[in-house]
Amino acid sequence: MDFGPFLLLALMEGTVMAAVLALTAVGLSLVFGVMRVVNVAHGEFFMLGAVIAWFVTHYMPGPPAVGFAAALVICPLLVGGVAALSDTLILKRLNYDPEATIVATIGLSYIFQQAALTFYGPDARPVEAPFDLRIQLPWFGYSGYKIAVVVAAIVILLAVWLLMTRTRAGLIMRATQLDRTTARAFGINVDRVYAAVFALGAGLAAVAAVLIVPIQQAHYLMGHDPLLLSFIVVIIGGLGSLRGTLLAALVIGLSDGVISVFFSPTLAKILATLLVAMVLVFRPQGLFGVKQ
Amino acid sequence: MLELKAINAGYGNVQVLRNLSLTAKPGQVTCVMGRNGAGKTTMLRTIMGQVQAQAGSITLNNTPLHGLPAHEVPRHGIGYVPQGRRLFGELTVAQNIEIGLMTRHKTAKTRDYVLSLFPRLRERLAQRSSTLSGGEQQMLAIARALCLEPAVLLLDEPTEGLQPSMITLIRETLLTLKATGVATILVEQRVDAVLSMANQIAFVSNGTVAETLENTNLTPATPQFQTYVGI
Ligand SMILES: Nc1ncnc2c1ncn2[C@@H]1O[C@H](COP(=O)(O)OP(=O)(O)OP(=O)(O)O)[C@@H](O)[C@H]1O
Ligand SMILES: [Mg+2]
Repeated sequence: MDFGPFLLLALMEGTVMAAVLALTAVGLSLVFGVMRVVNVAHGEFFMLGAVIAWFVTHYMPGPPAVGFAAALVICPLLVGGVAALSDTLILKRLNYDPEATIVATIGLSYIFQQAALTFYGPDARPVEAPFDLRIQLPWFGYSGYKIAVVVAAIVILLAVWLLMTRTRAGLIMRATQLDRTTARAFGINVDRVYAAVFALGAGLAAVAAVLIVPIQQAHYLMGHDPLLLSFIVVIIGGLGSLRGTLLAALVIGLSDGVISVFFSPTLAKILATLLVAMVLVFRPQGLFGVKQ
Repeated sequence: MLELKAINAGYGNVQVLRNLSLTAKPGQVTCVMGRNGAGKTTMLRTIMGQVQAQAGSITLNNTPLHGLPAHEVPRHGIGYVPQGRRLFGELTVAQNIEIGLMTRHKTAKTRDYVLSLFPRLRERLAQRSSTLSGGEQQMLAIARALCLEPAVLLLDEPTEGLQPSMITLIRETLLTLKATGVATILVEQRVDAVLSMANQIAFVSNGTVAETLENTNLTPATPQFQTYVGI
Protein backbone atom coordinates (compact mmCIF):
# COMPACT_ATOMS: atom_id res chain seq x y z
CA MET A 1 0.00 0.00 0.00
CA ASP A 2 1.22 3.53 -0.72
CA PHE A 3 2.01 5.91 2.12
CA GLY A 4 -1.11 8.06 1.65
CA PRO A 5 -3.71 5.30 1.90
CA PHE A 6 -1.67 3.65 4.64
CA LEU A 7 -1.78 6.86 6.67
CA LEU A 8 -5.52 7.16 6.01
CA LEU A 9 -6.04 3.63 7.30
CA ALA A 10 -3.97 4.39 10.38
CA LEU A 11 -5.97 7.55 11.04
CA MET A 12 -9.26 5.67 10.65
CA GLU A 13 -8.14 3.00 13.11
CA GLY A 14 -7.01 5.79 15.42
CA THR A 15 -10.39 7.49 15.18
CA VAL A 16 -12.22 4.31 16.23
CA MET A 17 -9.82 3.95 19.12
CA ALA A 18 -10.27 7.64 20.05
CA ALA A 19 -14.07 7.34 19.98
CA VAL A 20 -14.20 4.39 22.37
CA LEU A 21 -11.50 5.89 24.55
CA ALA A 22 -13.36 9.19 24.74
CA LEU A 23 -16.50 7.44 26.03
CA THR A 24 -14.54 5.53 28.65
CA ALA A 25 -12.44 8.48 29.75
CA VAL A 26 -15.40 10.86 29.99
CA GLY A 27 -16.94 8.42 32.47
CA LEU A 28 -13.77 8.44 34.58
CA SER A 29 -13.47 12.22 34.33
CA LEU A 30 -17.09 12.80 35.32
CA VAL A 31 -16.70 10.66 38.44
CA PHE A 32 -13.52 12.42 39.44
CA GLY A 33 -14.90 15.85 38.59
CA VAL A 34 -18.12 15.59 40.57
CA MET A 35 -17.15 13.17 43.36
CA ARG A 36 -13.36 13.66 43.62
CA VAL A 37 -13.09 9.89 43.53
CA VAL A 38 -10.26 8.27 41.59
CA ASN A 39 -12.07 5.19 40.38
CA VAL A 40 -9.51 2.44 39.89
CA ALA A 41 -12.36 0.00 39.14
CA HIS A 42 -13.34 1.96 36.02
CA GLY A 43 -11.59 -0.53 33.73
CA GLU A 44 -13.52 -3.36 35.38
CA PHE A 45 -16.83 -1.61 34.66
CA PHE A 46 -15.66 -1.62 31.04
CA MET A 47 -14.83 -5.32 31.27
CA LEU A 48 -18.19 -6.11 32.89
CA GLY A 49 -19.90 -4.29 30.03
CA ALA A 50 -18.11 -6.49 27.50
CA VAL A 51 -18.70 -9.73 29.39
CA ILE A 52 -22.38 -9.00 29.96
CA ALA A 53 -22.63 -8.11 26.26
CA TRP A 54 -21.38 -11.60 25.48
CA PHE A 55 -24.03 -13.18 27.71
CA VAL A 56 -26.81 -11.03 26.29
CA THR A 57 -25.91 -11.62 22.63
CA HIS A 58 -25.26 -15.30 23.29
CA TYR A 59 -28.60 -16.04 24.92
CA MET A 60 -30.78 -13.59 23.02
CA PRO A 61 -32.70 -15.38 20.26
CA GLY A 62 -33.00 -13.82 16.81
CA PRO A 63 -30.50 -12.14 14.52
CA PRO A 64 -27.24 -10.69 15.91
CA ALA A 65 -28.51 -7.13 15.54
CA VAL A 66 -31.31 -7.78 18.05
CA GLY A 67 -28.95 -9.23 20.64
CA PHE A 68 -26.53 -6.40 20.11
CA ALA A 69 -29.20 -3.73 20.45
CA ALA A 70 -30.35 -5.41 23.65
CA ALA A 71 -26.77 -5.43 24.94
CA LEU A 72 -26.44 -1.72 24.21
CA VAL A 73 -29.34 -1.06 26.58
CA ILE A 74 -28.93 -3.83 29.17
CA CYS A 75 -25.16 -3.58 29.77
CA PRO A 76 -24.95 0.08 30.79
CA LEU A 77 -28.07 -0.30 32.94
CA LEU A 78 -26.76 -3.39 34.75
CA VAL A 79 -23.25 -2.04 35.15
CA GLY A 80 -24.64 1.32 36.24
CA GLY A 81 -26.75 -0.50 38.82
CA VAL A 82 -23.72 -2.37 40.13
CA ALA A 83 -21.86 0.96 40.32
CA ALA A 84 -24.67 2.71 42.18
CA LEU A 85 -24.75 -0.18 44.64
CA SER A 86 -20.97 -0.03 45.12
CA ASP A 87 -21.26 3.69 45.76
CA THR A 88 -23.97 3.33 48.38
CA LEU A 89 -22.53 0.28 50.09
CA ILE A 90 -18.86 1.22 50.05
CA LEU A 91 -17.80 4.68 48.89
CA LYS A 92 -20.48 6.51 50.86
CA ARG A 93 -19.47 4.69 54.03
CA LEU A 94 -15.90 5.90 53.51
CA ASN A 95 -17.21 9.46 53.36
CA TYR A 96 -15.58 9.72 49.93
CA ASP A 97 -12.21 10.12 51.57
CA PRO A 98 -9.84 10.39 48.56
CA GLU A 99 -7.28 7.88 49.74
CA ALA A 100 -9.73 5.37 51.19
CA THR A 101 -11.76 5.35 47.97
CA ILE A 102 -8.65 4.54 45.92
CA VAL A 103 -8.01 1.49 48.08
CA ALA A 104 -11.70 0.56 48.00
CA THR A 105 -11.93 0.76 44.22
CA ILE A 106 -8.77 -1.33 43.88
CA GLY A 107 -10.55 -3.91 46.01
CA LEU A 108 -13.69 -3.62 43.92
CA SER A 109 -11.70 -4.16 40.72
CA TYR A 110 -10.40 -7.51 42.06
CA ILE A 111 -13.89 -8.53 43.08
CA PHE A 112 -15.26 -7.79 39.60
CA GLN A 113 -12.36 -9.58 37.91
CA GLN A 114 -12.74 -12.67 40.03
CA ALA A 115 -16.50 -12.64 39.59
CA ALA A 116 -16.01 -12.52 35.82
CA LEU A 117 -13.45 -15.33 35.98
CA THR A 118 -15.85 -17.45 38.01
CA PHE A 119 -19.01 -16.89 36.01
CA TYR A 120 -17.61 -16.20 32.55
CA GLY A 121 -14.37 -18.11 32.55
CA PRO A 122 -10.83 -17.43 31.39
CA ASP A 123 -11.52 -17.53 27.64
CA ALA A 124 -11.70 -14.59 25.30
CA ARG A 125 -14.96 -14.85 23.40
CA PRO A 126 -16.09 -12.94 20.34
CA VAL A 127 -19.35 -11.12 19.96
CA GLU A 128 -20.79 -10.94 16.49
CA ALA A 129 -21.14 -7.47 14.97
CA PRO A 130 -24.77 -6.37 14.55
CA PHE A 131 -24.28 -6.04 10.82
CA ASP A 132 -21.71 -7.03 8.27
CA LEU A 133 -20.95 -4.19 5.93
CA ARG A 134 -17.71 -3.53 4.12
CA ILE A 135 -17.17 -0.08 2.74
CA GLN A 136 -14.96 -0.20 -0.31
CA LEU A 137 -12.63 2.79 -0.57
CA PRO A 138 -10.47 3.17 -3.72
CA TRP A 139 -7.43 1.79 -1.85
CA PHE A 140 -8.82 -0.62 0.68
CA GLY A 141 -12.03 -1.94 2.15
CA TYR A 142 -13.05 -0.82 5.63
CA SER A 143 -15.41 -2.18 8.23
CA GLY A 144 -18.72 -0.36 8.16
CA TYR A 145 -19.21 -1.41 11.76
CA LYS A 146 -16.14 0.52 12.88
CA ILE A 147 -17.54 3.65 11.27
CA ALA A 148 -20.82 3.02 13.07
CA VAL A 149 -18.86 2.82 16.34
CA VAL A 150 -17.46 6.30 15.74
CA VAL A 151 -20.90 7.69 14.91
CA ALA A 152 -22.46 6.03 17.97
CA ALA A 153 -19.72 7.38 20.24
CA ILE A 154 -20.22 10.90 18.91
CA VAL A 155 -23.99 10.67 19.46
CA ILE A 156 -23.55 9.42 23.04
CA LEU A 157 -20.93 12.05 23.87
CA LEU A 158 -23.22 14.73 22.46
CA ALA A 159 -26.01 13.42 24.67
CA VAL A 160 -23.72 13.58 27.73
CA TRP A 161 -22.75 17.12 26.83
CA LEU A 162 -26.40 18.15 26.46
CA LEU A 163 -27.21 16.45 29.75
CA MET A 164 -24.49 18.38 31.56
CA THR A 165 -25.11 21.79 29.99
CA ARG A 166 -28.80 21.93 29.11
CA THR A 167 -30.72 20.00 31.72
CA ARG A 168 -31.72 20.38 35.32
CA ALA A 169 -29.92 17.15 36.20
CA GLY A 170 -26.74 18.58 34.70
CA LEU A 171 -27.13 21.77 36.71
CA ILE A 172 -27.53 19.73 39.89
CA MET A 173 -24.41 17.70 39.08
CA ARG A 174 -22.37 20.82 38.38
CA ALA A 175 -23.55 22.54 41.55
CA THR A 176 -22.61 19.42 43.54
CA GLN A 177 -19.21 19.37 41.85
CA LEU A 178 -18.58 23.04 42.70
CA ASP A 179 -19.65 22.97 46.38
CA ARG A 180 -21.43 20.01 47.86
CA THR A 181 -22.10 21.64 51.23
CA THR A 182 -23.84 24.60 49.66
CA ALA A 183 -25.62 22.27 47.24
CA ARG A 184 -27.15 20.53 50.27
CA ALA A 185 -28.23 23.90 51.66
CA PHE A 186 -30.35 24.20 48.51
CA GLY A 187 -32.06 20.87 48.82
CA ILE A 188 -29.74 18.83 46.61
CA ASN A 189 -29.51 15.24 47.81
CA VAL A 190 -25.78 14.83 47.31
CA ASP A 191 -25.82 11.09 48.10
CA ARG A 192 -28.26 10.54 45.27
CA VAL A 193 -26.26 12.71 42.88
CA TYR A 194 -23.11 10.77 43.70
CA ALA A 195 -24.79 7.40 43.14
CA ALA A 196 -26.17 8.66 39.82
CA VAL A 197 -22.84 10.08 38.67
CA PHE A 198 -20.99 6.90 39.62
CA ALA A 199 -23.59 4.90 37.71
CA LEU A 200 -23.37 7.23 34.71
CA GLY A 201 -19.56 7.01 34.66
CA ALA A 202 -19.66 3.21 34.82
CA GLY A 203 -22.47 3.08 32.26
CA LEU A 204 -20.37 5.07 29.79
CA ALA A 205 -17.50 2.58 30.22
CA ALA A 206 -19.96 -0.27 29.69
CA VAL A 207 -21.39 1.26 26.51
CA ALA A 208 -17.86 1.79 25.18
CA ALA A 209 -17.16 -1.89 25.87
CA VAL A 210 -20.31 -3.06 24.08
CA LEU A 211 -19.27 -1.03 21.05
CA ILE A 212 -15.74 -2.45 21.05
CA VAL A 213 -16.55 -6.07 21.75
CA PRO A 214 -17.30 -7.03 18.12
CA ILE A 215 -13.79 -5.74 17.32
CA GLN A 216 -11.93 -7.02 20.39
CA GLN A 217 -13.07 -10.13 22.22
CA ALA A 218 -14.56 -10.10 25.70
CA HIS A 219 -12.09 -11.26 28.36
CA TYR A 220 -11.98 -10.98 32.13
CA LEU A 221 -8.66 -9.11 32.08
CA MET A 222 -9.59 -6.69 29.32
CA GLY A 223 -10.11 -3.77 31.73
CA HIS A 224 -6.41 -2.97 32.13
CA ASP A 225 -5.77 -1.08 28.90
CA PRO A 226 -8.90 1.10 29.01
CA LEU A 227 -8.12 2.01 32.62
CA LEU A 228 -4.53 2.99 31.82
CA LEU A 229 -5.48 4.88 28.67
CA SER A 230 -8.38 6.63 30.38
CA PHE A 231 -6.07 7.81 33.13
CA ILE A 232 -3.59 9.03 30.51
CA VAL A 233 -6.36 10.91 28.71
CA VAL A 234 -7.84 12.37 31.87
CA ILE A 235 -4.46 13.53 33.18
CA ILE A 236 -3.48 15.09 29.85
CA GLY A 237 -6.90 16.66 29.39
CA GLY A 238 -7.05 18.00 32.92
CA LEU A 239 -8.90 16.14 35.68
CA GLY A 240 -12.59 16.93 35.62
CA SER A 241 -12.52 18.94 32.39
CA LEU A 242 -14.89 17.35 29.87
CA ARG A 243 -13.63 19.37 26.93
CA GLY A 244 -10.02 18.55 27.79
CA THR A 245 -10.89 14.87 28.12
CA LEU A 246 -12.42 14.80 24.65
CA LEU A 247 -9.48 16.59 23.03
CA ALA A 248 -6.96 14.40 24.82
CA ALA A 249 -8.84 11.24 23.79
CA LEU A 250 -8.62 12.37 20.19
CA VAL A 251 -4.89 13.12 20.47
CA ILE A 252 -4.08 9.86 22.26
CA GLY A 253 -6.39 7.74 20.11
CA LEU A 254 -5.12 9.10 16.81
CA SER A 255 -1.44 9.04 17.74
CA ASP A 256 -1.86 5.55 19.18
CA GLY A 257 -3.48 4.41 15.92
CA VAL A 258 -0.84 5.98 13.70
CA ILE A 259 2.17 4.94 15.75
CA SER A 260 0.81 1.41 16.18
CA VAL A 261 0.29 1.01 12.45
CA PHE A 262 3.62 2.51 11.37
CA PHE A 263 5.84 1.35 14.22
CA SER A 264 4.48 -0.73 17.07
CA PRO A 265 1.70 -0.60 19.66
CA THR A 266 4.33 -0.78 22.40
CA LEU A 267 6.04 2.36 21.16
CA ALA A 268 2.64 4.09 21.12
CA LYS A 269 2.08 3.24 24.79
CA ILE A 270 5.62 4.30 25.69
CA LEU A 271 5.14 7.69 24.04
CA ALA A 272 1.75 8.22 25.64
CA THR A 273 3.15 7.42 29.07
CA LEU A 274 6.07 9.75 28.43
CA LEU A 275 3.62 12.50 27.50
CA VAL A 276 1.77 11.97 30.78
CA ALA A 277 5.03 12.26 32.71
CA MET A 278 5.85 15.51 30.90
CA VAL A 279 2.37 16.90 31.56
CA LEU A 280 2.59 15.99 35.24
CA VAL A 281 5.96 17.74 35.54
CA PHE A 282 5.32 20.84 33.46
CA ARG A 283 1.56 21.32 33.55
CA PRO A 284 0.03 19.35 36.41
CA GLN A 285 -3.42 20.84 35.85
CA GLY A 286 -3.46 19.15 32.42
CA LEU A 287 -3.14 20.71 28.99
CA PHE A 288 -6.70 22.01 29.04
CA GLY A 289 -7.42 22.10 32.76
CA VAL A 290 -7.65 25.20 34.91
CA LYS A 291 -5.16 25.79 37.71
CA GLN A 292 -6.76 25.14 41.10
CA MET B 1 -41.24 30.46 64.64
CA LEU B 2 -37.79 28.90 64.72
CA GLU B 3 -36.66 27.73 68.12
CA LEU B 4 -33.28 26.45 69.21
CA LYS B 5 -33.34 24.91 72.65
CA ALA B 6 -30.27 23.92 74.66
CA ILE B 7 -28.16 23.01 71.64
CA ASN B 8 -24.80 21.29 72.01
CA ALA B 9 -22.83 20.91 68.81
CA GLY B 10 -19.28 20.85 67.51
CA TYR B 11 -16.77 19.33 65.16
CA GLY B 12 -15.51 15.86 66.01
CA ASN B 13 -14.51 15.92 69.67
CA VAL B 14 -14.39 19.71 69.82
CA GLN B 15 -17.54 21.11 71.34
CA VAL B 16 -18.35 24.59 70.04
CA LEU B 17 -21.98 25.27 71.01
CA ARG B 18 -22.94 24.77 74.62
CA ASN B 19 -26.53 24.86 75.80
CA LEU B 20 -27.41 27.47 73.18
CA SER B 21 -31.00 28.70 72.92
CA LEU B 22 -32.40 31.23 70.47
CA THR B 23 -35.78 32.14 68.99
CA ALA B 24 -36.60 33.82 65.68
CA LYS B 25 -40.15 35.14 65.26
CA PRO B 26 -41.98 35.91 62.01
CA GLY B 27 -41.64 39.54 60.94
CA GLN B 28 -38.72 40.10 63.29
CA VAL B 29 -34.98 40.38 62.87
CA THR B 30 -32.87 38.67 65.49
CA CYS B 31 -29.32 39.91 65.27
CA VAL B 32 -26.51 37.72 66.53
CA MET B 33 -23.29 39.33 67.66
CA GLY B 34 -20.13 37.91 69.15
CA ARG B 35 -16.37 37.78 68.77
CA ASN B 36 -14.49 35.83 66.12
CA GLY B 37 -14.75 32.16 66.89
CA ALA B 38 -17.66 32.59 69.31
CA GLY B 39 -19.70 30.05 67.33
CA LYS B 40 -22.06 32.21 65.25
CA THR B 41 -21.40 30.41 61.97
CA THR B 42 -21.48 27.05 63.72
CA MET B 43 -24.92 27.92 65.07
CA LEU B 44 -26.28 28.65 61.58
CA ARG B 45 -24.63 25.52 60.18
CA THR B 46 -26.24 23.49 62.96
CA ILE B 47 -29.66 24.87 62.00
CA MET B 48 -28.91 23.86 58.39
CA GLY B 49 -28.01 20.31 59.46
CA GLN B 50 -24.42 20.73 58.24
CA VAL B 51 -23.22 20.32 61.82
CA GLN B 52 -25.08 17.70 63.84
CA ALA B 53 -26.62 18.81 67.13
CA GLN B 54 -25.54 16.39 69.87
CA ALA B 55 -28.18 17.60 72.27
CA GLY B 56 -31.14 19.95 72.31
CA SER B 57 -33.82 20.63 69.75
CA ILE B 58 -34.37 22.82 66.70
CA THR B 59 -38.00 23.27 65.67
CA LEU B 60 -39.82 25.28 63.03
CA ASN B 61 -43.42 25.88 64.14
CA ASN B 62 -43.02 22.81 66.36
CA THR B 63 -41.76 20.59 63.50
CA PRO B 64 -38.37 19.18 64.50
CA LEU B 65 -35.51 20.00 62.13
CA HIS B 66 -32.66 18.50 64.15
CA GLY B 67 -31.61 15.11 62.89
CA LEU B 68 -32.85 15.77 59.36
CA PRO B 69 -30.38 15.20 56.53
CA ALA B 70 -28.87 18.54 55.50
CA HIS B 71 -30.67 18.62 52.14
CA GLU B 72 -34.08 18.35 53.77
CA VAL B 73 -33.72 21.35 56.07
CA PRO B 74 -34.00 24.02 53.34
CA ARG B 75 -37.10 22.27 51.97
CA HIS B 76 -38.88 23.29 55.17
CA GLY B 77 -38.38 26.90 54.14
CA ILE B 78 -35.03 27.85 55.62
CA GLY B 79 -33.05 30.14 53.30
CA TYR B 80 -29.32 30.37 54.02
CA VAL B 81 -26.88 33.10 53.03
CA PRO B 82 -23.55 31.63 54.14
CA GLN B 83 -20.52 33.56 55.30
CA GLY B 84 -18.35 34.33 52.27
CA ARG B 85 -21.45 33.97 50.03
CA ARG B 86 -20.47 30.59 48.58
CA LEU B 87 -22.06 31.13 45.20
CA PHE B 88 -21.65 28.48 42.53
CA GLY B 89 -18.96 30.64 40.97
CA GLU B 90 -18.66 28.90 37.62
CA LEU B 91 -22.41 29.02 37.09
CA THR B 92 -24.24 32.05 35.78
CA VAL B 93 -26.44 34.35 37.81
CA ALA B 94 -29.50 32.73 36.23
CA GLN B 95 -28.26 29.23 37.11
CA ASN B 96 -27.59 30.18 40.74
CA ILE B 97 -31.13 31.49 40.94
CA GLU B 98 -32.45 28.37 39.23
CA ILE B 99 -30.85 26.22 41.93
CA GLY B 100 -32.54 28.35 44.59
CA LEU B 101 -35.90 27.92 42.85
CA MET B 102 -35.49 24.15 42.56
CA THR B 103 -35.15 23.73 46.32
CA ARG B 104 -38.87 24.18 46.91
CA HIS B 105 -40.14 23.87 43.36
CA LYS B 106 -40.80 27.57 42.94
CA THR B 107 -41.70 29.03 39.58
CA ALA B 108 -41.06 32.07 37.43
CA LYS B 109 -43.35 34.10 39.65
CA THR B 110 -40.95 33.79 42.58
CA ARG B 111 -38.04 34.49 40.28
CA ASP B 112 -39.63 37.71 39.06
CA TYR B 113 -40.35 38.85 42.59
CA VAL B 114 -36.78 38.18 43.71
CA LEU B 115 -35.31 39.91 40.68
CA SER B 116 -37.57 42.90 41.30
CA LEU B 117 -35.77 43.29 44.64
CA PHE B 118 -32.39 43.26 42.86
CA PRO B 119 -32.77 44.85 39.41
CA ARG B 120 -28.97 44.85 38.98
CA LEU B 121 -29.03 41.06 38.86
CA ARG B 122 -31.60 41.03 36.12
CA GLU B 123 -29.13 42.87 33.88
CA ARG B 124 -26.47 40.25 34.57
CA LEU B 125 -28.39 36.99 34.31
CA ALA B 126 -26.08 35.43 31.74
CA GLN B 127 -22.90 36.50 33.53
CA ARG B 128 -20.77 34.01 35.41
CA SER B 129 -21.39 34.73 39.08
CA SER B 130 -17.68 34.74 40.00
CA THR B 131 -17.22 37.78 37.74
CA LEU B 132 -19.74 39.91 39.67
CA SER B 133 -18.57 42.66 42.03
CA GLY B 134 -18.54 41.85 45.75
CA GLY B 135 -21.80 43.69 46.34
CA GLU B 136 -23.52 42.02 43.41
CA GLN B 137 -22.33 38.62 44.62
CA GLN B 138 -23.89 39.31 48.00
CA MET B 139 -27.13 40.37 46.30
CA LEU B 140 -27.11 37.09 44.40
CA ALA B 141 -26.45 35.09 47.56
CA ILE B 142 -29.47 36.75 49.17
CA ALA B 143 -31.56 36.39 46.00
CA ARG B 144 -30.72 32.68 45.80
CA ALA B 145 -31.94 32.18 49.38
CA LEU B 146 -35.10 34.20 48.72
CA CYS B 147 -35.95 31.89 45.82
CA LEU B 148 -37.09 29.41 48.48
CA GLU B 149 -39.75 31.89 49.63
CA PRO B 150 -38.31 31.16 53.05
CA ALA B 151 -40.18 31.36 56.30
CA VAL B 152 -36.82 31.80 58.00
CA LEU B 153 -33.82 33.58 56.52
CA LEU B 154 -30.34 33.02 57.96
CA LEU B 155 -27.67 35.54 56.99
CA ASP B 156 -24.03 35.24 58.04
CA GLU B 157 -22.25 38.61 57.93
CA PRO B 158 -23.79 39.74 54.63
CA THR B 159 -22.27 43.23 54.84
CA GLU B 160 -18.70 41.98 55.38
CA GLY B 161 -16.35 43.89 53.09
CA LEU B 162 -19.04 45.87 51.28
CA GLN B 163 -19.24 49.59 50.45
CA PRO B 164 -21.68 51.77 52.44
CA SER B 165 -24.05 52.14 49.47
CA MET B 166 -24.30 48.38 49.19
CA ILE B 167 -24.85 47.99 52.92
CA THR B 168 -27.74 50.45 52.70
CA LEU B 169 -29.28 48.46 49.89
CA ILE B 170 -29.01 45.19 51.76
CA ARG B 171 -30.49 46.80 54.86
CA GLU B 172 -33.44 48.11 52.89
CA THR B 173 -34.02 44.72 51.36
CA LEU B 174 -33.99 43.04 54.76
CA LEU B 175 -36.44 45.59 56.12
CA THR B 176 -38.74 44.92 53.15
CA LEU B 177 -38.60 41.21 53.88
CA LYS B 178 -39.22 41.76 57.56
CA ALA B 179 -42.43 43.58 56.60
CA THR B 180 -43.53 40.50 54.63
CA GLY B 181 -43.32 38.34 57.76
CA VAL B 182 -40.02 36.54 57.27
CA ALA B 183 -38.23 35.51 60.45
CA THR B 184 -34.63 36.64 60.08
CA ILE B 185 -31.51 35.62 61.95
CA LEU B 186 -28.77 38.05 61.02
CA VAL B 187 -25.18 37.57 62.14
CA GLU B 188 -23.77 41.06 61.97
CA GLN B 189 -20.80 42.85 63.53
CA ARG B 190 -21.66 46.49 62.69
CA VAL B 191 -23.41 48.15 65.59
CA ASP B 192 -25.08 50.82 63.43
CA ALA B 193 -26.47 48.22 61.06
CA VAL B 194 -27.71 46.11 63.97
CA LEU B 195 -29.40 49.04 65.69
CA SER B 196 -31.20 49.99 62.48
CA MET B 197 -32.60 46.51 61.81
CA ALA B 198 -32.83 44.37 64.93
CA ASN B 199 -35.83 43.57 67.07
CA GLN B 200 -33.64 41.55 69.41
CA ILE B 201 -29.91 41.23 69.75
CA ALA B 202 -28.47 37.92 70.95
CA PHE B 203 -24.89 38.11 72.19
CA VAL B 204 -23.00 34.89 71.64
CA SER B 205 -19.97 34.21 73.74
CA ASN B 206 -18.08 30.97 74.05
CA GLY B 207 -20.69 28.97 72.16
CA THR B 208 -23.78 30.08 74.00
CA VAL B 209 -26.24 32.98 73.97
CA ALA B 210 -24.99 34.88 77.00
CA GLU B 211 -27.51 37.70 76.88
CA THR B 212 -30.45 38.87 74.76
CA LEU B 213 -31.59 42.49 74.54
CA GLU B 214 -34.72 43.97 73.01
CA ASN B 215 -33.71 46.76 70.64
CA THR B 216 -35.40 49.60 72.49
CA ASN B 217 -33.38 52.53 73.81
CA LEU B 218 -30.11 50.89 72.78
CA THR B 219 -27.25 53.08 71.59
CA PRO B 220 -23.74 52.31 70.38
CA ALA B 221 -22.66 53.17 73.91
CA THR B 222 -24.69 50.31 75.42
CA PRO B 223 -22.07 48.38 77.42
CA GLN B 224 -22.96 44.92 76.03
CA PHE B 225 -21.46 45.88 72.67
CA GLN B 226 -18.16 46.52 74.39
CA THR B 227 -18.43 43.38 76.51
CA TYR B 228 -19.37 40.84 73.83
CA VAL B 229 -18.06 42.35 70.60
CA GLY B 230 -15.26 44.60 71.83
CA ILE B 231 -16.12 47.75 69.90
N1 LIG C 1 -14.92 22.90 60.17
C1 LIG C 1 -14.44 23.09 61.42
N2 LIG C 1 -13.75 22.11 62.02
C2 LIG C 1 -13.27 22.28 63.28
N3 LIG C 1 -13.42 23.40 64.00
C3 LIG C 1 -14.09 24.42 63.44
C4 LIG C 1 -14.64 24.32 62.13
N4 LIG C 1 -15.25 25.48 61.83
C5 LIG C 1 -15.11 26.27 62.91
N5 LIG C 1 -14.41 25.64 63.88
C6 LIG C 1 -14.10 26.18 65.22
O1 LIG C 1 -15.32 26.45 65.88
C7 LIG C 1 -15.24 27.66 66.62
C8 LIG C 1 -16.37 28.58 66.21
O2 LIG C 1 -16.22 28.95 64.85
P1 LIG C 1 -17.31 29.76 64.06
O3 LIG C 1 -16.90 29.81 62.64
O4 LIG C 1 -18.65 29.23 64.37
O5 LIG C 1 -17.15 31.20 64.71
P2 LIG C 1 -17.81 32.58 64.29
O6 LIG C 1 -18.44 33.10 65.52
O7 LIG C 1 -18.64 32.43 63.09
O8 LIG C 1 -16.52 33.46 63.96
P3 LIG C 1 -16.27 34.58 62.83
O9 LIG C 1 -16.71 35.88 63.44
O10 LIG C 1 -14.79 34.54 62.65
O11 LIG C 1 -17.01 34.21 61.60
C9 LIG C 1 -13.86 28.24 66.33
O12 LIG C 1 -13.04 27.93 67.42
C10 LIG C 1 -13.40 27.52 65.11
O13 LIG C 1 -12.00 27.37 65.12
MG1 LIG D 1 -18.56 33.14 61.22
